[in-house]
Amino acid sequence: MRYRAPPPEALLTADLDAFAAVFHRPSGITHLLASPAREILAALVDAPLDLDGVLAALSDRFDIADASRAALAARLDELVGVGLVEAA
Amino acid sequence: MRHVFCVRIGPIGFRVGSDWRAPIDALSDLYRYYPAPNLPDFTVRLEATRPWRRWIRPSIAIAGDYTLPEAAPLPLAQGLLAAEMAMNLQLALGGRRYLLLHASCVERDGQAVLMTGESGAGKSTLATLLAAKGWRFMGDEFALIDPDTGLVHAFPRLISLKNAGIAAALAARPDARFGPLLKDTPKGDIRHMVPDALSVGAMDEPARPALLLYPHYGAASETRGVPASESFVRLTQASTNYVAMGEAGFGALARLVRETPAHAIDYPDGAAAVAQVEALWRTR
Repeated sequence: MRYRAPPPEALLTADLDAFAAVFHRPSGITHLLASPAREILAALVDAPLDLDGVLAALSDRFDIADASRAALAARLDELVGVGLVEAA
Repeated sequence: MRHVFCVRIGPIGFRVGSDWRAPIDALSDLYRYYPAPNLPDFTVRLEATRPWRRWIRPSIAIAGDYTLPEAAPLPLAQGLLAAEMAMNLQLALGGRRYLLLHASCVERDGQAVLMTGESGAGKSTLATLLAAKGWRFMGDEFALIDPDTGLVHAFPRLISLKNAGIAAALAARPDARFGPLLKDTPKGDIRHMVPDALSVGAMDEPARPALLLYPHYGAASETRGVPASESFVRLTQASTNYVAMGEAGFGALARLVRETPAHAIDYPDGAAAVAQVEALWRTR
């Protein structure tokens, strides 16, 4: 399964503190995201990735040596559930 | 409509029509120093629930451009309350020019303090007490945020005092004009107070938001900082048109919470709250 983020122009993002407010233009819904949801979205901006690809991208950019595949899969499922990430 | 009254409150114009003269007379008296709108933004109708209810146990149904199907009719004696509720409802459901925050607001030196909280938190009372201390009263129901400028516009409608707030306002402003005491309304005892002349005269002047406060009545004095993300969530809940405003609402709210320091205030009485607000104002 590959995960795809919306194109950058579909999202308005306001960094607040530990959270970012994200306005999803196609749905008009506002989301409040904490780490690692923001980083996952950023990793998926360039191209769709599968679970291993997301894990690799996040490991490249951030220190997440102890990240488990299951935890990452759960976060991706949440993002798919709220409509911010598409799974295909 | 048999009887009509038009008024502009801040940037919002209303046309109120009524089957009865009494509510229109009360509005005309209490809003006597307010201007008339060039063109009303919203129309409110106070109608008899049935034709014969104009005379027999007169009962007011709230109607207008926007209505809530579950809104209960009110007796004619509470006509002023019906009119005020109907005007608020039109703005809450129909307002699109401004991001509407359910908040009271006072101003000093071009900078505004916005206070929001659930019903009973003391928004109206606190704004009234601060106005008695020389702050300009900008409104006790809605703060209007302009998405283009980030400025807050005043909506100084009649101040709706409830229960214990009535005595507190009378003590603070014995010289103010008040409407009739409306007893046993669905919201308890209510009495409307006319904002002071300075507030009405300056109502076209917007202000820069400088402090966001979340007052909570009934606890020992305590103040704590509120992070921007928590403010964002609280204010989406305090807005009646955040969703309807779409992108413009998101931009206005994100800017407001990023640029404006926010604090939660617990307070045991009005005097303590005023002291807490003024202390925060000095160190903002």
